[in-house]
Amino acid sequence: MANAAQLKISPELADKIRAHGAQTYPHECCGALLGRDTEVADRRVYREIHALHPLVNRRDDSPSNRFSLTSQDVLDAEKAARQQGLEVVGWYHSHPDHPARPSQFDRDHAWPWYSYIIVSVANRIPEEMTSWRLADDRTEFECEEIGLQRVAS
Amino acid sequence: MSVKVIIPTPLRVYAGKADSIDVSAKTVGEALGQLTSKFGDLRKHLFTEEGKLRSFVNVYVNDEDIRYLSKENTPTKDGDTISIVPSIAGGLP
Repeated sequence: MANAAQLKISPELADKIRAHGAQTYPHECCGALLGRDTEVADRRVYREIHALHPLVNRRDDSPSNRFSLTSQDVLDAEKAARQQGLEVVGWYHSHPDHPARPSQFDRDHAWPWYSYIIVSVANRIPEEMTSWRLADDRTEFECEEIGLQRVAS
Repeated sequence: MSVKVIIPTPLRVYAGKADSIDVSAKTVGEALGQLTSKFGDLRKHLFTEEGKLRSFVNVYVNDEDIRYLSKENTPTKDGDTISIVPSIAGGLP
């Protein structure tokens, strides 16, 4: 993927993701990232997260190591985004007692273009937060730098 | 039969940034086949290596999920809209 975007998110929203992960521990939390992509003068693209849309993990059979969202959840998130003049640019979820690194399972089920934020939560304490994008050929995730800063509305 | 295929946001970059593509097809399978023939990079994100629709790819014909119709053999008629809608999943190894 050329010019992998840097992701910008405010400290407050990053903390909300962490808090969601702590709240649902030992189960995985999940939600949508609402924002927009902005191309700047040197043709780099920045992805700005302006809001979150927390969702319910539909994998109630195995919520400690799996999360899923239905197509209706996706449509609901897209509607919420449109209402705020944004779009769904990715998803976040937590890894209880596991590093914030995407798994093979994450990769097998990922969509390109979306940012996937993962927060590690150990013993209810949020730890590392990372962001990833699926490579065009689906062979790997590419790490996306997270910039903690306030984004313009 | 002329049908419109709605492209989900994460795949638009592989479809010339279009949010929908018109194809002529008698079934959903034909429509998706024409879509991926025209935009080859879409194929790996919609289908497995065995040619099956990926489990997290949901396809609707006029708001009806093809899983409850005839799957990819679901017939289409003029003016129908085929929507490709993601579901999202992940988790630990």
